[in-house]
Amino acid sequence: MNAKRNDKIATGLLYTIAGIVILILVLLLGFIIIRGLPQLSWSFLTSPSKAFSSGGGIGIQLFNSLYLLILTMLISLPIALGASIYLNEYAKPGMITNAVRTMIEILSSLPSVVVGLFGFLLFVVQLNLSFSILSGALALTVFNLPLLTRSIEGSLKAISNDQRNGGLALGISKWETVTKIILPAAVPSIVSGVILSAGRVFGEAAALIYTAGQSAPALNFANWNPFNIDSPINPMRPAETLAVHIWKINSEGIMPDATAVSAGSAAVLIIVVLLFNLLARWLGRALYKCLTAA
Amino acid sequence: METKDRYILQFNSDQEIALETKQLKIFYGDYEAISAADLQIPRFKITALIGASGSGKSTFLRSLNRMNDGIANVQGQIWYRDLDLNTKQIDVYAMRRQIGMVFQRPNPFPKSIYENITFALERHGITDKKQLKERVETALKQAALWDEVKDKLNKSALALSGGQAQRLCIARAIALQPDILLLDEPASALDPISTAQLEETLINLKEHYTIVIVTHNLPQAARISDYTAHFSQGTVIEFNDTKDMFTQPKVALTNEYISGDFG
Repeated sequence: MNAKRNDKIATGLLYTIAGIVILILVLLLGFIIIRGLPQLSWSFLTSPSKAFSSGGGIGIQLFNSLYLLILTMLISLPIALGASIYLNEYAKPGMITNAVRTMIEILSSLPSVVVGLFGFLLFVVQLNLSFSILSGALALTVFNLPLLTRSIEGSLKAISNDQRNGGLALGISKWETVTKIILPAAVPSIVSGVILSAGRVFGEAAALIYTAGQSAPALNFANWNPFNIDSPINPMRPAETLAVHIWKINSEGIMPDATAVSAGSAAVLIIVVLLFNLLARWLGRALYKCLTAA
Repeated sequence: METKDRYILQFNSDQEIALETKQLKIFYGDYEAISAADLQIPRFKITALIGASGSGKSTFLRSLNRMNDGIANVQGQIWYRDLDLNTKQIDVYAMRRQIGMVFQRPNPFPKSIYENITFALERHGITDKKQLKERVETALKQAALWDEVKDKLNKSALALSGGQAQRLCIARAIALQPDILLLDEPASALDPISTAQLEETLINLKEHYTIVIVTHNLPQAARISDYTAHFSQGTVIEFNDTKDMFTQPKVALTNEYISGDFG
């Protein structure tokens, strides 16, 4: 009977641990959302922020975050895809492959503030890109690339070797086997990985403080010429993002309603990341159905 | 009974040979998995490769259409239509279109049943819709799967049962109209009923295709094959007409193996 009792104790223990984890999560999310939700309104989400008076919004910061995210993904996704296809499908096991993998792992554990300072020195100063969305996107690429590469490599690795053999045995070239069989089969899990990493990029502040800058100049949303300084899609303008905004008003905000703005921004950030996660699951499942005709 | 160490049947000149290996040696690193295998595969027959686990029969099979490229070091000659397949000049992708392979575990692509068959055809340049449709139907009929799937060709192949999936993999391979079909323990993951269906399919297929099948199932080898090669420790020790081999094995080790005294 001892084994049975031990099993019960172990099961109870595991339930308790899981419960604690969920409790912490619920408390944290609940705290942020309950504090922040009352601050949210359409004007808060769309109007520009104010530095000295109350009633400012986060419209520009929200747009900056999304734009920066898209730009980062546009740069990092093709590179990560190529790198992971190479590592998982083509690279022969050996010294060089191991070295590349080790470097990616080291890079992925690099503190984001270090990435930010590196970005500042390289992109802002050396390449003379100044505090800009482009500098921010490049720094975030450095931050995101290793995580994305590992996640996509994991997705490719999860596809059974039987599929690769199946393609090759039909006289299909390796390249076509990879691009037409393995990649489509992995797309749902790749998409989930991309969206989850988008959540991390969206919430990143430290890597952006010294690259995308801490100011959010007024934007003219009627001007879509990317070369105009007040155009929203100009990649060379400085752009404070939502996460940087939260950091900034908490450290040096002097508007009277700083606490409220911060709480509201935090809630928006959490909700957007939450939406990313739900989207990742839904899109992953939908794509799988669509691609496999299941 | 008088026995020998080795007995390899030599065919008369009136039997067409589909594939012939000469002094085929296969190495995994320093380990010699196959030492000097000489074997003639007769055309439009089923040849079974039997032998204990680790005897090298799957390794041998996989090297016949160069699926061991990059995994093992294959030396020696593989003759097919006056071509040595084991040379650099061979376009392996074009060659595999003639020498198809089906694996132990059914591996349908995560696509529809129809696309599973058309996929390789399209890659090999057949794009005419009508022709594709005909090929799909013929292949599925030859693989004895048509009646079961004709109403759900656009459904995912992943929803098929193991036996159906394996017959789809065979259909996918024969849709390319290859010369030779290599089968690596194709029934080992199937239940007895699916296995029986698969065996019947194979017997019907030998009218058009040369089949080489690796199997652990000795009754299966006896039921479906015309010729049997017995592999032991990396070499072919007996190759003969299946009936002769199972009734009067000429090599002592074969006798032990098929009567169950070994492995």
